[in-house]
Amino acid sequence: MKLAVEKLSVTFGQGRRRVEAVRCVSFGVEAKGSYGLVGESGSGKSTVLRAVCGLAPVSTGRIEIDGKPVEGRRSLAFARLVQMVFQDPYASLHPRHTVDRTLSEPLAIHGLNDRHRRVERALAGVGLDLSFRFRFPHQLSGGQRQRVAVARALILEPEILLLDEPTSALDASVQAEVLNLLVRLRRERNLTFVMVSHDLAVVNHMCERLLVMQQGQGVEELDRQALGDRRVKTGYTRSLLKASEGFLR
Amino acid sequence: MSGSLLEVEELQVRFRTPTRTVEAVRGVSFSLGRERLGIVGESGSGKTVTGRALLRLVRPPGQVTARRMRFDGQDLLSLCERGMRAIRGGRISMVMQDPKFSLNPVMRIGRQLTEAMRVHGGGSRTALRKRALAMLEAVRIRDPERVMRAYPHELSGGMGQRVMIAMMLLPEPDLLIADEPTSALDVTVQLEVLRILDGLVRSRGMGLIFVSHDLNLVATFCDRVLVMYAGRVVEEIEAKRLAEAKHPYTQGLIDCLPKIGAQRDSLPTLRRDARWREAGA
Repeated sequence: MKLAVEKLSVTFGQGRRRVEAVRCVSFGVEAKGSYGLVGESGSGKSTVLRAVCGLAPVSTGRIEIDGKPVEGRRSLAFARLVQMVFQDPYASLHPRHTVDRTLSEPLAIHGLNDRHRRVERALAGVGLDLSFRFRFPHQLSGGQRQRVAVARALILEPEILLLDEPTSALDASVQAEVLNLLVRLRRERNLTFVMVSHDLAVVNHMCERLLVMQQGQGVEELDRQALGDRRVKTGYTRSLLKASEGFLR
Repeated sequence: MSGSLLEVEELQVRFRTPTRTVEAVRGVSFSLGRERLGIVGESGSGKTVTGRALLRLVRPPGQVTARRMRFDGQDLLSLCERGMRAIRGGRISMVMQDPKFSLNPVMRIGRQLTEAMRVHGGGSRTALRKRALAMLEAVRIRDPERVMRAYPHELSGGMGQRVMIAMMLLPEPDLLIADEPTSALDVTVQLEVLRILDGLVRSRGMGLIFVSHDLNLVATFCDRVLVMYAGRVVEEIEAKRLAEAKHPYTQGLIDCLPKIGAQRDSLPTLRRDARWREAGA
């Protein structure tokens, strides 16, 4: 397993304000695999990704990458291995940093040389013209911003990419372009994906396996074929499937 | 359609700035009966501005012109501001997209909910309060007493959106303009809210303009759909026949959505044609 999450629980707060955001969730992703976490808001799907990155506290359970446990403050080496793309490209890019600065910063932190060429390559990799290099986020459309966010995540050449609703803030036509980009990058760079989404169709398109989550717990694990054939076991997954068909009278 | 509730002909909305003029809506015409009309299109296609123009909510430098804009026999273009105020929020109301920016941050929910009723019609405080509580329950708010006392920042996005829907439905409008009313809601809650709107169209004969970017939802929820591109209606079609759409833009929008069980290597992307911007394309 490239990434294994075992009996992960995440709790916030104490006493009466205690919230169990994730309760005993387990799953594993093979190298070069693509795994989806699906659920409604508050199901804990994003918190799982954040816990992997060390952005949410793990109360019990373990997270392993390449068989080695990941704990405590994440190291620089971890950042070279795992990167994350966030939901809202309007919020996740620094509004007063140019694209160039956003992309150069990880290179500076990791002391990588040849920054100029790496930034150019990163932009070309996500299909952005070099003329975007010295623009600010407000000079970009939503789809272009998300491409910059993907370029930022990939510039350290990680092996695992965590995607938190990467297209839910985008128009359908732009979503298609960004999803195609992600599919191509995964194939070219042998990436392992974990993708969070509330949209079953998006996850069915992108992921070979998926876990349906509800109120912090894993409800049902499915593979792409089973979801495509609508062979689901739990009532909750069935209700999500039904809701994805739209409004039924 | 039992007579037209709303008639719009050649609606134009322009924003003039010192450096350039943006034509947000370029000649939109439609009529609405007591039915569910969907307006779909991507961001920037002019769907929200169309809704705002109907309520004369476009502020300078925006300019609204139309050959005709009539609501239930009244001319919305020439109506005085006082007459417009009697309509706005009472007979036509609008659910805005983002509760974060549309609710008053320093007013408790209860007071905001009853404000429109106090202005349009009124009633005793206890009666208004009772109606507000009942409406919050109708939009599936679990603890309406608490929500009445809460300030907007104490609510989640989904709850805020439901509060706004409740607020707009309380004066029992004849026409509701709903601008992406359910985009922040989970699918299952979204369907519950739509069921409430659907019930109002059926039982009270309310007209509904449903602005959305979600083609799937519009196709299943509305009666008729206007597809907007660059400020123009490029196609008008019966909602249940949306899959048979003729315009390449509409077809492109439908095709680029991932579908469960479709298993495609890559999704078709939209190839925009400059001619789509022109009338009659």
